[in-house]
Amino acid sequence: MLHILRQIARTGIVSEKAPVPDEELRVRAPQIQAEILQLLGRALAIRQVDAGSCNGCELEIHALNNPYYNLEGLGIRFVASPRHADMLLVTGPVAKNMENALRIAYEATPDPKLVVAVGDCGCTGGIFGESYASCGKVENVIPVDVAVPGCPPAPLAILQGILTAVTARGDAGGR
Amino acid sequence: MNLSWKKLPGDAPVAMAAVGEWQWTEAARLVREGGGRLVALWGADHRDLAEDEDEYSVYAAYAVKDGLAIVELLVQDSAPSYPDISGLFPASGRMQRALFDLLGIGASGAADARPWLRHGAWPEGTFPLRRDFDASKLPPNAHADYDFVRVEGDGVHEIPVGPIHAGIIEPGHFRFSIVGEKVLRLEERLGYVHKGIDKRFESFTVADGHRLAGRVSGDSTVAFAWAYAQAAESLLGAVPPARARWVRALLLERERIANHLGDLGALGNDAAFAFALAQFMRLKEDWLRESAAIFGHRMLMDLVVPGGVAHGFDAGEAARMVEHSHAIEKEALELRGIFDEHAGLQDRFLTTGRVTPDLARKLGLTGLAGRASGQASDLRADFPAAPYGELKVRKAGAAAGDVAARVNVRFDELLESLRLVRAIVAGTPEGELRVELPKARPGAFGAGWVEGWRGEAFVAIEAGEGGMIRRCHAHDPSWQNWPLIEHAVMGNIVPDFPLINKSFNLSYSGQDC
Repeated sequence: MLHILRQIARTGIVSEKAPVPDEELRVRAPQIQAEILQLLGRALAIRQVDAGSCNGCELEIHALNNPYYNLEGLGIRFVASPRHADMLLVTGPVAKNMENALRIAYEATPDPKLVVAVGDCGCTGGIFGESYASCGKVENVIPVDVAVPGCPPAPLAILQGILTAVTARGDAGGR
Repeated sequence: MNLSWKKLPGDAPVAMAAVGEWQWTEAARLVREGGGRLVALWGADHRDLAEDEDEYSVYAAYAVKDGLAIVELLVQDSAPSYPDISGLFPASGRMQRALFDLLGIGASGAADARPWLRHGAWPEGTFPLRRDFDASKLPPNAHADYDFVRVEGDGVHEIPVGPIHAGIIEPGHFRFSIVGEKVLRLEERLGYVHKGIDKRFESFTVADGHRLAGRVSGDSTVAFAWAYAQAAESLLGAVPPARARWVRALLLERERIANHLGDLGALGNDAAFAFALAQFMRLKEDWLRESAAIFGHRMLMDLVVPGGVAHGFDAGEAARMVEHSHAIEKEALELRGIFDEHAGLQDRFLTTGRVTPDLARKLGLTGLAGRASGQASDLRADFPAAPYGELKVRKAGAAAGDVAARVNVRFDELLESLRLVRAIVAGTPEGELRVELPKARPGAFGAGWVEGWRGEAFVAIEAGEGGMIRRCHAHDPSWQNWPLIEHAVMGNIVPDFPLINKSFNLSYSGQDC
């Protein structure tokens, strides 16, 4: 026990500052009223769905949970069911074999809901494109609010995308 | 058996031979008896080639004493089948099912002929890897039911899990048959993240396919890109510069360290020791940031290219890497001490999810998980491609085959890789980073074989016209190891499944591809 406490004390607090939202990442106009976003922004529950990724994006989403990004300190946490979620964080080109599961997860998420597509594949289909096995970008299957490019996007970019989605248009940039 | 073996040029110790149907089975039997392993099984459509009219090829790659032995069996279009080898190599069962789904060549005599990758995205009787396949004529995506094996008896019930799982992990379906909280049987159904990668390779040139290979399984991007580069260099007759080989090894060890750091944290977390996750994820983040600062990419994607590497490092960066490896080593040793003396943690780890060495050998457990179950193979030590010959990799190993053994092998390999990083940084010669590539000759064949952090990544390439890839097959070691998880969880309690699963940490994307 002493060793554990000593290690914790030695490590200290490593958390860094959160990024500011970026309107460039927004795919469609906000569908949710500003007041609700204000509320969500303070306590956001995210259900992550890998719809066909190579698992690179998953590694970076995992990294978001490390002490540097202090996600829970921002009121954001990942939940186990889409029924508990305000937002779906979707990676991958949507594999045809995941198309059905993604639709079900989307329908199971209560309204009002947000969708953030993560990674080049989620944004455009990426290197896998559209094929006999791939539906391509997430937007081809469910509506998307914000898309975060990158292969994979770094944790900070993913966090910026999440924060953009929960910011009503116009809030960003200090207006 | 009298076969004429042709040694392939390049860094991987690969030889190839054509076999007849009788020899196909006989070769499998001889490899089995000699203690060899099945590494990969795949097929190709050659019906449109003049010299191979009406023929497919089916390939099996075996790890034997001298290296990798690939046998090729020609299969007639009139009767597209080959003899089942799943009785000799149980791991081949799913590979054979996938081969049928994609190419329409079946293993005759196989007990299990259920579809594996075909969930309904393409109809029965249509095969994406056939040359005459037309994706534009596909009917709408249909959702097909799967015939799970039912366990009958008093008090037995089923828990279906997935494809979408509760955590941030890849999708797959697990069907548990349980009594109380004890697992009687687990059946996996995978294939959900099948993206058609083998088919997609056909739209890449041999010189450019490493980018796609590097996304077969993102956590093993260096291993796959290197295996791809070996295969491409083999068929092109290209020789990477010495400096590039050393940088590749550095990248591979950096990838191993990053994954082991992440897994050790996650394993602690799955045993309710959140401290471990916070500590190891912090170390991993430091490591990834250094990768980004020196090589321009946190996960080291697209750095290993056919003909060499895209990026090197300078003297200042070398010093920085050495210093950082010492710092991580110090912290890892500290954390290992905490793991070892934590009774609650060890109670969860010890005897949980056991795979005995005997079972591991019979079913072909490979890579890191194999080494934790007494299967002492590691390509870096067994068939050291440059620069590993000079580095003298110390193989990790354990015999207990439980979660604790897989944790310990990770600690041992983490420390060994940190040593290797320092040795590689010190030994990397000056010189060019890459060579110009000649154009691929149609029909040329090459193979690559690399020990990634999870196990052996294998890539085979056949060149087509105009420098394009005609056929490329990428094989992840998860194919071999997934079936063993079904055995490892038997008799354990359901709440230990995530811990057991994490201790293997297999790739869904790599096996579904």
